[in-house]
Amino acid sequence: MAKRDRLSGNEAVAIALRQINPDVFPAFPITPSTEIPQYFASFAANGQVDTEFIPVESEHSSMSAAIGASAAGARSLTATSSCGLAYMWEELYIAASNRLPLALALVNRALSGPININCDHSDSMGARDSGWIQMYAENNQEAYDNMVQAYRISEHPDVRLPIMICQDGFITSHAVENIELLEDEEVQKFVGEYNPENYLLNPQCPMAVGPYSVTDYYMEAKRNQAEGMRHVSRVVLDVAKEYKKLSGREYGLFEEYRMDDAERAVVMIGSAAGTTKDAIDRLREQGEKVGLIKIRLYRPFPASEIAEALKNVKAVAIMDRAEGYTNHGGPLGADVMAALYRAHADALAVNYIYGLGGRDVRVKDMENVFAALKQMMADGDAGETYRYLGIRE
Amino acid sequence: MAADISKLGVKAGWKDLTEGMMIAGAGTSKEFNTGEWSTDKPEFIEDKCKQCLLCVPVCPDSCIPVEDMKRGVFDYKHCKGCGICVKACPFGAITMEGVK
Ligand code: SF4
Ligand code: SF4
Repeated sequence: MAKRDRLSGNEAVAIALRQINPDVFPAFPITPSTEIPQYFASFAANGQVDTEFIPVESEHSSMSAAIGASAAGARSLTATSSCGLAYMWEELYIAASNRLPLALALVNRALSGPININCDHSDSMGARDSGWIQMYAENNQEAYDNMVQAYRISEHPDVRLPIMICQDGFITSHAVENIELLEDEEVQKFVGEYNPENYLLNPQCPMAVGPYSVTDYYMEAKRNQAEGMRHVSRVVLDVAKEYKKLSGREYGLFEEYRMDDAERAVVMIGSAAGTTKDAIDRLREQGEKVGLIKIRLYRPFPASEIAEALKNVKAVAIMDRAEGYTNHGGPLGADVMAALYRAHADALAVNYIYGLGGRDVRVKDMENVFAALKQMMADGDAGETYRYLGIRE
Repeated sequence: MAADISKLGVKAGWKDLTEGMMIAGAGTSKEFNTGEWSTDKPEFIEDKCKQCLLCVPVCPDSCIPVEDMKRGVFDYKHCKGCGICVKACPFGAITMEGVK
């Protein structure tokens, strides 16, 4: 039986973690993710979880301890934001290359500088090539549901890669919304026990983790690691199918909103998708054929599936909540345009940078994006393909 | 389950590598043929050897085995061909391509 509640995104993820009852949670606070370990510490103090909660001295240490715990055979995780993630950089690559299934509850926040504590995706976008699976949420419910599904994907024997469960700082992490929670026993049964084949604390079979790879092995090691990534999409869909039976809520690699006959589309990640849906509903009432693709799985990137979903679209705006300083757009823009190119698509495509450092995205802003797409179709030309949404000139 | 080290030669394909390059099992470095990383190897000329054992402690990879106070043949499975032993031998009992 599902329970209805009102929770913030941070509370929702903390409750999912209480229900999962992981073995080890090392943590260091940073806004806006601090509440996740804060709520969890109270669960640990109240005896509601069996988790070893370790307050450490930095994010470099929290990720290192999570990695050590995972290698030892424990189900582990940590949480962070922004510069905390940047401080874990070295460890992120180690977790992935050692094929350690562990989780990171990431609450997206702008990277300095200028220093800013509000939402954008520059932190996780910087880590997009680290070999982690990245999954994003639009709202609290999705953040909770993604967290519950995380270990099933990460620990799958065909995958065995770390997973980042991302939600938008403050907008999702601190806003309180209605949410449906699963029962504790349902979550425990769904997630199951973690039984790695090899682990450091196994006295029957000692092991070495992270040995040096000379030039003769390094490339083969990378290719071997990439094989795990190639299985992720299938496993994400399998786990989602099972989760739907349990929760009634449906998940895929991305969500298609009113895309059936859409001529114009927006592709984006995170909470602004909700705002975009409102803009789409208004425009649909006026008979405009507009739709949205909201990315859930960003790493690995479902390129061919997205190109397929966009195949009848005439103009598309790809929205990046992070700068890439490439002079031609952001990371999601590059990924989607590469997917369209490979699919020989002839849609006109533009890339917007929007919502940096917590800048509001209003329904009107997204209506303006769809209006710009309409203009592009009329012109038969995309014009400037690297734009800033609502920037003051 | 212990990792099969014997598959991990420098010509190993990516599918033969262990997941995450983890090595399960104890004392496996003995079976790991690191000797194939080098191209040149020292040669032991037994006739010239006086068994002074000066070469033994200088080898960084412990590749000159000693038994009954006498050195034996090189352990080429782990020798890196650094040539230090050639320099250490006062009697010209070790030679190697490119090392005087
Ligand atoms: S060449 Fe170097 S590694 Fe090989 S036996 Fe001599 S000292 Fe040892
Ligand atoms: S240093 Fe030369 S002579 Fe002395 S033991 Fe070694 S090989 Fe023999």
